[in-house]
Amino acid sequence: MKQPPVPLLVEGRRADGRAPDQMRDVRISVGVISNADGSAMVSYGNTTAVAAVYGPREMHPRHLSLPDKAVMRVRYHMAPFSTKDERKNPAPSRREIEISKVLREALEPAIFLEQFPRSRIDVFVEIVQADGSTRVASLTAASLALADAGVPMRDLVIGVSVGLVNGVVVLDLNGLEDNYGEGDMPVGYMPNLGRITLLQLDGAWSRDRFAEAVKLAVKGAEYVYGKAREALKAKYFEIAEEVAK
Amino acid sequence: MKYVSPRQVIFPGDPVATSDESVEGAVYIDEGKYRASSIGLVEFRDNKIVVVPLEGSYRPKPGDVVIGYVTDVLASGWEVDVRAPLAAWLPVNEATAKYIDLEKTSLTSLLNVGDAVIAAVKDVDLTDEFPVMLTLREGERLGKIESGLVVELSPVKVPRVIGKKGTMISTISELGCDVIVGQNGRIWAKCPGPEAELALLQVIEKIDRESHVAGLTDRVRALIERYKGGGSARP
Repeated sequence: MKQPPVPLLVEGRRADGRAPDQMRDVRISVGVISNADGSAMVSYGNTTAVAAVYGPREMHPRHLSLPDKAVMRVRYHMAPFSTKDERKNPAPSRREIEISKVLREALEPAIFLEQFPRSRIDVFVEIVQADGSTRVASLTAASLALADAGVPMRDLVIGVSVGLVNGVVVLDLNGLEDNYGEGDMPVGYMPNLGRITLLQLDGAWSRDRFAEAVKLAVKGAEYVYGKAREALKAKYFEIAEEVAK
Repeated sequence: MKYVSPRQVIFPGDPVATSDESVEGAVYIDEGKYRASSIGLVEFRDNKIVVVPLEGSYRPKPGDVVIGYVTDVLASGWEVDVRAPLAAWLPVNEATAKYIDLEKTSLTSLLNVGDAVIAAVKDVDLTDEFPVMLTLREGERLGKIESGLVVELSPVKVPRVIGKKGTMISTISELGCDVIVGQNGRIWAKCPGPEAELALLQVIEKIDRESHVAGLTDRVRALIERYKGGGSARP
């Protein structure tokens, strides 16, 4: 196994100073792209994802539409300038195509696609800066953008990652921990309904560590959900305050 | 049991009430509870909880008056953009009662690409190539728009432009504008002058932005009074 450039965990502190169950600084804003029907920007520390939603709109080409529900298309993409070292080739990689599919499948259970037969909903997610956990930041951004667009949905889907570092379960992996940790588990969680829509896992985990990780992911998602609600509220409360003046 | 209070802004997934309550609007039922399916505003209307969506797109239904732009001229009719997720179609026989010889007349002499029309939704049939069928013959004041202006706002705010029992639209009519409200969030207006036009634009922007804050009608009335007093409508 590769050796990390700095120790990942020393006396219960992570390389960036966090406790194992601590999220990075979470910043969320809604309605950042006026061309889109709905949009959101989500940052977990240095990882920043921007999501834009268009639709429901007419499906072109028509033969790809479905008779009983809307088609949802998700495009996850990393900007060429989003990475630290080498410039990222802007062409969609195998990894990005796969994450696009994974995000779509994590969002679909939350959306009432059956209310829009023969239509499509487009979700674009651009990673502006990548430092680990990009797919889960994308998931939070995409679900907030869908809510902002007024697409009927059962709940928001909040994404958080948990991982295994030196045998300890940690919340919200950064790029360093992602590269050198022993395990990585992205989770998509609907906080009101208490249901999981995304669960991936790599690395070697014991049953107990896995159970602990799911619990920690839920706790993390609830924290992020609080921030997401604040961001959604801000859009309406700012107008209310302006009117009161 | 109710989980919400009047005029509360709620978000997707938020519990609204248990399923024995009477609830309408942007909600769904999950395990015995009504939950919001959209960002919405809670209203209590005689023993009923109504979740009014604050965001959303236009969903066509028969009888709606809509304002659309012609996007294509085909052999026997026009394709029209009505801001719906489904393609809309205006056939020749629904556009005019006169007999049109398609061999001799070009359809562009009636309506061309870019023209704006006020139409009614005649039918929504998902099995058709164009699921939304429009008509200019079944309703009053339908047809091509020759003058005036078209303003857009969010389709979910259209009921607020009309208001409860038409209160808002009658307030707006004090500007002296002739107004037709399309259910798809497009509004046609013809005003006596540019000042009235400007005031109307501001009123519509206000409704679009501030509909979730109580006292909307009063604020719109104040704006209109300021306009009528000869002052600029800008505060």
